Amino acid sequence: MSQPNERSASKLHGLWALTNRELKKWYKEPMLLFMSIIQPVIWMGLFGKAMNISAIFTSNPGIPQEAAKQIMLQTFKTSDYFSYMAVGMMSFVVLFTTMFSGMSIVWDRRLGFLNKVLSTPVSRATIIFSKVLSATLRSIVQASIVMVIALLLGMQLGPTFNPLNILGVFAAVFLICMGLSSLFVLIAIRSTRWETQMAVMNLLNLPLMFASNTFFTTSMMPEWIQAIAKINPITYTTDALRQLLLYNMDVTQLMIDFTYLGIFAAVFTSIGIVLSWRYLSR
Amino acid sequence: MDHVNFGVKNGEIFGFLGPNGAGKTTTINMLITVLKPTEGTASVLGYDIAGQAREVRSVTGVVPQEYTADEDLTGHENIILCADLYGIKREVSKKRALELLELVELTEFKDKKVQTYSGGMRRRLELACGLINRPRVLFLDEPTLGLDVQTRAATWNYIRLLKKEFDMTLFMTTHYLEEADALCDRIAIIDHGKIVVTGSPEDLKNNLGGDIITLSIQEDVDISGFVEKIEHVKEVKKQDDTYFVKAENGELTAPLIIEALRQKGHVVTKLSLTKPTLNEVYLDYTGKSMRDAEESREGFVAHRISLRRARGR
Repeated sequence: MSQPNERSASKLHGLWALTNRELKKWYKEPMLLFMSIIQPVIWMGLFGKAMNISAIFTSNPGIPQEAAKQIMLQTFKTSDYFSYMAVGMMSFVVLFTTMFSGMSIVWDRRLGFLNKVLSTPVSRATIIFSKVLSATLRSIVQASIVMVIALLLGMQLGPTFNPLNILGVFAAVFLICMGLSSLFVLIAIRSTRWETQMAVMNLLNLPLMFASNTFFTTSMMPEWIQAIAKINPITYTTDALRQLLLYNMDVTQLMIDFTYLGIFAAVFTSIGIVLSWRYLSR
Repeated sequence: MDHVNFGVKNGEIFGFLGPNGAGKTTTINMLITVLKPTEGTASVLGYDIAGQAREVRSVTGVVPQEYTADEDLTGHENIILCADLYGIKREVSKKRALELLELVELTEFKDKKVQTYSGGMRRRLELACGLINRPRVLFLDEPTLGLDVQTRAATWNYIRLLKKEFDMTLFMTTHYLEEADALCDRIAIIDHGKIVVTGSPEDLKNNLGGDIITLSIQEDVDISGFVEKIEHVKEVKKQDDTYFVKAENGELTAPLIIEALRQKGHVVTKLSLTKPTLNEVYLDYTGKSMRDAEESREGFVAHRISLRRARGR
């Protein structure tokens, strides 16, 4: 018979077990890790290097070099478009990784794993939170890899950059991942069909990606897109990362970014945990 | 399920027998607190399934119908994962996982990924996972669904062994009559969400009125009246030259009949004994044969196979 003292009192025990299960699937399959990195790298290499927006001005003999640099600085707040979009790519990989956190809950439900977990003393909130946490940890690693590759490909760090800013980068990525993966897990919480999940993901993916400052500055977008960009958490993430890595840091703006991301993460994680009590079992 | 009412005794193997879609899995899911009942109450070892779900979950083990082990992990990792979900400390779970793997004879394969396991091995792994928290009540949902005959018999042996080893109460569902007959101390026959009858397989079969002894004699005389008076004989029917004798304990009664007839000077030319099966019991209580009721089984297995394919294996 089970003695009470054989049980660990910590709630983190089950949380870590479930989180580690998801992570194992990923770090034990180098192919999977490779595939999830290769996409943003290809984008960065092709799109970032091919769309050489800086060259529009610098390669035009009619424009003096100094003026060309000013135009770039005015538009992108940095004179190098590749660096600008490379940081955008970090948001991109975060968005893609978190999107699949919802998928894994659909699979767990279909394959019966979820039912088994529900029959153990692990709390419902822990189940949801483990999905969120594993997606978050994965995203942080992948975003870091993208950052390193971007540096190797020639990303130029800004004048106010110092190595401690990397911690800020992790913090921003952590917050956006918590919020986004909670959002995607919430969408999947009742679903048994991965087709539906795919459709929803595709529907959300493009607006979140393009109605933001990921690839281009929002100030030149039509007003209705600007309105979307203003509430889009990806905008704040990308801006925070650029403030930390590329720009001459504007501390007020950075604080605004972090506040927004903090609220976004807190709200969606709480909703996720509250709804898991009601809706995780059928 | 529609207002079922039943009790399971401590230490017995209790079986829910019924065709697919009768509501067996639904009942289990309610008892293991995965599903909330819309009405009514139940308790497991004195814990209310609605109000004390956490307590229920920590004293029960579940072996679900599906193979729920994570295919990307090894057998050993799967058991440890289960242990962690019950909050069992690592030093305890490591030792126990090895013991359980030994018990279900998977030690050799413990570090292989579950996707390489056969159906029988997966079932054994599920059994081991269900036992990791030393449950006092183990729920088995269709423990041998989709297994071939030998593997099924082997699985029954494991179940008996586990019960002996850990002295648990077992609650199982099945739609295999042989399985209910071979394993269960008591069964409840389910039809359309209702329990039609409860009892031990032996009692249920005996209640049908006993065994059928079919016999013929050489002489051309009616012996119905004579046979009916023999001890244990309940009923005699004559059809052409053949007598159908309904009797309790057929194997004891048959020699008595032969002996009595010989003393009377008759020569028995043919004799056979048919034991009633649960199928007859099922037929008697629900008005239809179990085999008709479960025609969807093939469809279910086909669905499982396609699901597996969808996973890319």
